[in-house]
Amino acid sequence: MEAVLDATPDRRTGLLAVFSSVVQRDLLLAMRRRADVLTSFFFFIIVVSLFPLGVGPEPNTLREIAPGVVWVAALLASMLALHRLLAADYADGTLEQLVLSPKPLSLLMLGKMLAHWLVTGIPLILIAPLLGLQFDLPGPALAVMALGLLLGTPVLSMLGAIGAALTLGVRGASGLIALLVLPLYIPVLIFGAGAVSAAVSGLSVEGHLSMLAAFLLFSAVIAPWAAAAAVRIAVE
Amino acid sequence: MGVPWGLGVLQGVDLECIRGQRRLFSKLSFTVQAGEALWVSGPNGSGKTSLLRILCTLLAPESGEVRWRGRPVRELGEAYRAGLTYIGHAVAVKDDLSSLENLRFALAQDGCRVAEAALIDTLARFGLAGREELPARVLSQGQRRRVSLARLPFCADRALWILDEPLTALDVQAVELMHALITAHLVRGGVVVLTSHQPIDLKDVSVQHLRMVD
Amino acid sequence: MALNIWRFASPQVIYPIAGRMIPGFMLAAAVLALAGLYIGFFVAPTDFQQGESYRIIFIHVPAAWMSMLIYVVMAFWCAIGMIMRTRLSFMMALALAPTGALMTFIALWTGALWGKPAWGTWWVWDARLTSELILLFLYIGFLSLHAAIDDVRRADRAAGLLALVGVINVPIIYFSVQWWNTLHQGASVSLTRAPSMASTMLAGMLIMVLSAWMYSIAASLMRLRIIILEREADADWVQEQIVPIAQGAKP
Repeated sequence: MEAVLDATPDRRTGLLAVFSSVVQRDLLLAMRRRADVLTSFFFFIIVVSLFPLGVGPEPNTLREIAPGVVWVAALLASMLALHRLLAADYADGTLEQLVLSPKPLSLLMLGKMLAHWLVTGIPLILIAPLLGLQFDLPGPALAVMALGLLLGTPVLSMLGAIGAALTLGVRGASGLIALLVLPLYIPVLIFGAGAVSAAVSGLSVEGHLSMLAAFLLFSAVIAPWAAAAAVRIAVE
Repeated sequence: MGVPWGLGVLQGVDLECIRGQRRLFSKLSFTVQAGEALWVSGPNGSGKTSLLRILCTLLAPESGEVRWRGRPVRELGEAYRAGLTYIGHAVAVKDDLSSLENLRFALAQDGCRVAEAALIDTLARFGLAGREELPARVLSQGQRRRVSLARLPFCADRALWILDEPLTALDVQAVELMHALITAHLVRGGVVVLTSHQPIDLKDVSVQHLRMVD
Repeated sequence: MALNIWRFASPQVIYPIAGRMIPGFMLAAAVLALAGLYIGFFVAPTDFQQGESYRIIFIHVPAAWMSMLIYVVMAFWCAIGMIMRTRLSFMMALALAPTGALMTFIALWTGALWGKPAWGTWWVWDARLTSELILLFLYIGFLSLHAAIDDVRRADRAAGLLALVGVINVPIIYFSVQWWNTLHQGASVSLTRAPSMASTMLAGMLIMVLSAWMYSIAASLMRLRIIILEREADADWVQEQIVPIAQGAKP
């Protein structure tokens, strides 16, 4: 008995350790539920592949629509996984424990956003150039696409987390998330797809990518805070 | 043993709680001294859980305030949460993780790192020996609750424990262990607030009984 | 509590005041609308480029301005509600939202009507029309989120937070769409700077804007009164209000 009671914890662990434990746990859970991760990944591939079937295999048309198609599909795929981001934690009480942590909740939310991005964003970035090939995109445009996704998909995860937090425990949450989150995704879509289009036409892409980077920094400041506020409202 | 957190005194002052259109309670006041337990009982829907959630700042009271050592907990914020352990009705146990992983992450999120051996030891004390590596989804309701309660021995340095129905679905041995843990915490000078349907059996320590009415 | 203005944060105090203010605002809205439309349709000169069709700006522009202004005002009330924890602020925000959505819808509809003679098509992805469309989505999102959450207090705060996130994003979205538009379309005739403004046109437009203000205030106050009654249904003063009405007395 005494041995158990006297177990002295080491509470000097800092912010970073708590942050990384949040990320690690979500990654481990994603590993255990690989099917869920693969769902949004294959969703992305299938949606992109449907367009040539819809508009015809004319290479010039495909080259023209490719940036928009890939980005819209990325938006949807990232959104598809949003309801998992917080809903399970909300249902089983984990979210309450996060709210009660003495560490800032916004930072813990950033950890959850990071985990979501690692699981849904990274696979999209890796497979997108391959899909771009199917649309006859030239090499430089493929590189720009990957780079744009690298800058843009974290923004999707961060803004999406706000929508996921606002709709916790709400009827028809997944449909509502789309309604709340997609309008906020528009700037990322415009500049992300714009960068690829510019690269296809041989124009400079620096401006587009800087805008995406600016969005990334801006959301990194605002989104964790907003998501934390939304979670506090939800657990009440 | 010295008391690192000073005299922990928990006060509820004129608390009022409204959920939906219903007023669960109003003008609810109490004071819990260091080394004292507050046992909240009452029928379902009388606001026990809401009271506990108000005490740990998850829920804002409609009016009134909670004070910790004389200061409103809303002002204390992170400082208050740093001295608080809350184990809610929802056990925060993940189906896809093993008992060991669940316990480790629960503690890590609390900012505390514990040696693997101590974790396994504790799980064994809670009657989960040999089940450390099993995914929580195969555990029974009582076993899942025990996984979440296994945090408590490592929370000795947290002055205030708030436990929502900790004894539900536990077998006799586990109930005894919980009583021992709670008693030890009170003897240390901590404060425990708990809800329980069944009478709690704490000897040699002071227990206040708060009966909620419907 | 030294300042008496906190008294006005109480729904009970606002309810009768709003009731007394509504007829005045409604009357002003009607008179101004008649005057503005008269100037717009009969006094203002025909535009040499666009002929008579430009006259729809007398409805389109006020509606478009109101739609954006109302979103900002709505977010303002939400912010006040979050900070001061006043119930009435959230009720104000909720009362404003449908009027804002209506204004957005009118702006879209009249924009499309104007687009047909001007561009030869009902819809163009013009920066302003596209932004209005997105604004409509934001309004719908706010109202849907509020409607989806049963607990009123939580609904208020969640929708309020969404409005704040939205208002931070609106300039970014607007700028992005503007930029996207110049890239894809080049300069096109824009609805607002279409004709060089004659002074009568300007006068007619300003009067219409004022009318839109008056209407929006009156409509949201009416909605506010209903929301107050709904939420305070259990309060004694509401029961006192309702019983005489039920008995056929004048409210």
